[in-house]
Amino acid sequence: MSTTAPTGVPDGPATAGTGLAARPVEPVAATGSRVAAALQRNGVAAFAALALLVLVGSVLWPSFHTLDNVRNTVLGNSYIGIVAIGMTLVIITGGIDLSVGSVFALGGVVGVYVSNQAGPVAAVLATIVACGLIGLINGMLIGYARMAPFIVTLATLFGVRGLVYQLTGAGARTYSVPSDSFFAHLGTGVLLTIGYPVLIAIALYVVFHVVLERTPFGLTTLAIGGGEDAAVLMGLKVRRTKVSLYVVSAALAGVAGMLQAAQLVSASPIIATGYELQAIAAVVIGGTLLTGGAGSLIGTAAGVLLLGTINAFIRELQLDSTWNNVVSGAFLVTVVVVQRLLNYRRAD
Amino acid sequence: MAELTTAGALPVLEARGVSKSFPGVKALSDVSITVRAGEVHALVGENGAGKSTLIKILTGVYQCDSGELRHRGEPVTFADPRAAQAAGISTIYQELDLVPMQSAARNLYLGREPRTRLRLVDFARMRREANALLDDYQIRADVDVPLNTLGLGTQQMISVARAVALHANVVIMDEPTSSLESREVETLFGIIRRLRSEGVAIVYVSHRLDELYRICDTVSVLRDGRLVHTGPMAELPRVQLVATMLGRELQTALHRSAPGGGDRIVAGPPVLELRGLTRRNRLHDVSLEVHRGEVVGLGGLLGAGRSETGMAVLGAQELDSGAVLVEGKPIRTGSPGAAIEAGVALLPEDRKLEGILPNLSIRDNIAIAALPRMSRLGLVSDKRIDQLVEHFMARLHIRATGPGQKVSTLSGGNQQKVMLARWLCLSPRVLVLDEPTRGIDVGAKFEVRQTIDELAAEGLAVLLISSETEELVDESDRIVVLKDGAVVAVLDGDDISEHDLVQAIAAVPSPEEDPTRD
Amino acid sequence: MTSLSTAVAGTAARADRATVLRWTRDNGVYVALVLIVVYNVLFTPRFITWDNLDVQLVLCTRIVVVALGMAMVIGTAGIDLSVGAVMALSGALLVQFSGVPGVGAIALALVIGGLVGVLNGFLVGVVGIQPIVATLAFLFAGRSLAQLLLAGKNPSIHDKVILGISSGHVLGVNGLIIAALVAVGLVAFTVRRTNFGRQLLAVGDNARASYLSGVPVRRTLIGVYVLSGVLAAWAGVMDTASITSANALSSGLNYELFAITAVVVGGTPLTGGRVRVVGTVAAAILMQLLRSTLIFHSATDAVSQMVTAVVIVGAVYIQRVRARA
Repeated sequence: MSTTAPTGVPDGPATAGTGLAARPVEPVAATGSRVAAALQRNGVAAFAALALLVLVGSVLWPSFHTLDNVRNTVLGNSYIGIVAIGMTLVIITGGIDLSVGSVFALGGVVGVYVSNQAGPVAAVLATIVACGLIGLINGMLIGYARMAPFIVTLATLFGVRGLVYQLTGAGARTYSVPSDSFFAHLGTGVLLTIGYPVLIAIALYVVFHVVLERTPFGLTTLAIGGGEDAAVLMGLKVRRTKVSLYVVSAALAGVAGMLQAAQLVSASPIIATGYELQAIAAVVIGGTLLTGGAGSLIGTAAGVLLLGTINAFIRELQLDSTWNNVVSGAFLVTVVVVQRLLNYRRAD
Repeated sequence: MAELTTAGALPVLEARGVSKSFPGVKALSDVSITVRAGEVHALVGENGAGKSTLIKILTGVYQCDSGELRHRGEPVTFADPRAAQAAGISTIYQELDLVPMQSAARNLYLGREPRTRLRLVDFARMRREANALLDDYQIRADVDVPLNTLGLGTQQMISVARAVALHANVVIMDEPTSSLESREVETLFGIIRRLRSEGVAIVYVSHRLDELYRICDTVSVLRDGRLVHTGPMAELPRVQLVATMLGRELQTALHRSAPGGGDRIVAGPPVLELRGLTRRNRLHDVSLEVHRGEVVGLGGLLGAGRSETGMAVLGAQELDSGAVLVEGKPIRTGSPGAAIEAGVALLPEDRKLEGILPNLSIRDNIAIAALPRMSRLGLVSDKRIDQLVEHFMARLHIRATGPGQKVSTLSGGNQQKVMLARWLCLSPRVLVLDEPTRGIDVGAKFEVRQTIDELAAEGLAVLLISSETEELVDESDRIVVLKDGAVVAVLDGDDISEHDLVQAIAAVPSPEEDPTRD
Repeated sequence: MTSLSTAVAGTAARADRATVLRWTRDNGVYVALVLIVVYNVLFTPRFITWDNLDVQLVLCTRIVVVALGMAMVIGTAGIDLSVGAVMALSGALLVQFSGVPGVGAIALALVIGGLVGVLNGFLVGVVGIQPIVATLAFLFAGRSLAQLLLAGKNPSIHDKVILGISSGHVLGVNGLIIAALVAVGLVAFTVRRTNFGRQLLAVGDNARASYLSGVPVRRTLIGVYVLSGVLAAWAGVMDTASITSANALSSGLNYELFAITAVVVGGTPLTGGRVRVVGTVAAAILMQLLRSTLIFHSATDAVSQMVTAVVIVGAVYIQRVRARA
């Protein structure tokens, strides 16, 4: 028997497990890229890009940073901003909600209709309940029936839009509110020159920022995206949290739609098509990982404002507004590829 | 510490006659173990022995089909991991049990966060308590940075800290040292000793024999889903333990020469040559040669680096250094297709994850690797494929309703023969077989082994990875034994006996032969 | 023993349920198709006329073409959300370059569709981004690119070759139906007769095992998304020919959803490893008939949208149970 000397194993022996052996899990990201990833994740990159754009814009066009201009940009983006809150939370769990655009339209129709029938308080409640119900359907199918989020919410995107068309007789019935009503005031009202929708959006960002960063519910949300199996093994309430988040996402989209309807003093069945894409782009540009587990609402706010500023840029350059989507799409791919490279783990 | 007697202590957690089946597999049958307060209970067994299933039943991840669990003498059922945790059973899983992108402090307190008066998470207190907890157990780690920026060993220690901080009465540790450095192992053992003195029961799963003998009081051995031994650790000699795990009696210790009479003739340059394969934490300077017509066995316990060595031959294992040569030509890492072109074939260990295409037919499964060779202009020739498939189904006695049958509906043995057929129809020069007879019935086992003999006789160079010492001894012309990713012994010719192999795998220090060992 | 026997009975019941569900998944589309045809024969006046059948089939030709590309992508356990946008872009290109002979413009549209596929396939296969996200970006940008090309106009098309696709008839069969049949034949041939077809199924069934068996996984994935892009572009050509103008806003709108619905209802599992060509075609026809039937019986288009949403959720639900059983 020829025996070779056992080699010392200074840095710890091989990891056991056959599955592991096949796909080694190793932290290969270097420190530099980790720092970059952290910066990108907290929306620092988005804020930096935002600052740069505003600066360039101000130099190019004197009117660019006038208060009115800024005010309009922020007001115009407050609705998508509210939608992006729910989208951020859902994406952090590793899911996606494609139904927000349709639910936004539903929120407008329900809000206006109920406001005319029973007043503004009932309108707000009815919007939250009706849209939350759509979110509940999404959440139950995803959390409990374990269906893929994109297919479930793609179906509700389509189905809810159908519902909105049905409610409005394919646009034949217009839903409008008197412009002097309290409900309309929700959208058109101003406090210290700042529009109510902007104030509501800011309030919602603060609330959900605290929820995400400072409550067990928020920590669970982050944990689910970081490792759903681990979260289950830790005994966290994974399914219930997921369902709640889809409800929140839909309710927020509905509220946003209601606010915009209030501002426009009427609800349109064709409004907000493609909002799901806008929201996803804002979330991702804000540094939230599309694979879940990390993200912040501050980043999302930066993402929304960045897209809004690009929008303003395109307007100032007198380009066709459809460039918005092209730029957003390119941004989306770039950010996702960068995210992937920063968190690169060897595939295969 | 092994002399510490715990027999009189109270049973904290018991499994009585527990059985569990999965579709097509009986994972556990009639297993009973008793874990007592203040005891470190080793749970050992090879892959597929049922360790993981038993742990998952004890921790509420799975529910047993029959039998019962008792916790502190009372029958219990754990509907989910929450329930088990609530009862004071906490677990350190080998993987998956922490959230990598969150900080250590958050990981320690997820699910039981300290709150402020406003019911918000009190991060200041969480950080303070986390630091105090880690200090208390002499674990050094920054609790504020994301977990995945810490070393694997530190992550593992955080996992341990989380488990002990739950004030558990049972702590289950599944391969807790697999990513620890020796200093960290000492810290872990310190924690285990402290828990033991506090009356906590510890279930310790590991395949590192040195550790088992250092820290464990009792040992239970599982094999093929059954409990085959339970008793004090100190009373079971090392070699006996390995023999029990592998299911071999030490008496049947003679090497039978290769079937067909006489050892195979080995001549000429090696067909397969591995030169100093090294991969951090996995492989350390592994070199070996396989000649035409030769079967070289690769032995060792779970985690010794056998499968990694096999994957390296196919170019599917990242290497830090070293080279694989087939007939003198190097194999490029990252392209199994090129390795297959060069004449390499590999039957992977995990048939389900890495081998079969479960929803495709036997025909498609056999032909997938050979498609480029059997087609013209990218068009499939069903006629040629059918001829080939029929030939191999007959040669390997694949029992199925026909070549169109879905592979997932076949028995394990027939699935394995389909895998063999996939590779044989390429007429390879080098065949790597990773656990070719695991989980298949006796008849199929015999047929597979017969096929290996035939293939070697036809001139293939075979690298055989197996946990079954009998199989290695019977089939191999030479056996290379790995431990912790390095070659620790080579058994050749007359040295090949199960006794020597088990000795080598157990790595019993033998001073007169090996003065370099410390 | 009670618990054991109920467990056994439970397993048996589950097995039966799984068998029923599997049968439903594989053959449900044909049964439903027969039922809806029988229903219409009995209750819808002038259903069985050559003209009506022609109209119904023509209406679903574009979905068939897009769905076949989608079926191959789903066969690799992926998804392609960019198809509707590619259709719109294809139509816009056709109009912009109708100065060149029609054949050249068509070729250009198909090439651009293929290039979009290269981009998608690269992101999925090489960079390793989830298919939904990778293809979402072009869903975003593609339609806008089409709008920019057309600069807000809906120009008419006059090229005879292109118009001939919709106005021409071969043996009394509408050119669009022929155009769809060409795609059906191409995809059926690819899936059944080529190495590529076998390899894409293998990748969808078990990518790791395929990789270890020497299958060029990346190349296969790129190829699949290219085919999907080319087929979507072909559907865009057909759509433009049929409405005789390009409309960047409406051409191919929601086609990603229609295509996924046809694929899933046709029995192709979202988890990959299988592509059902005939089932997909049958499902596309079924969804078209369902829609016309609802509308004929004075339901609105909106209702048919909601019904579609329910059908797709139901079809995926049936698959999910199978995947678990």
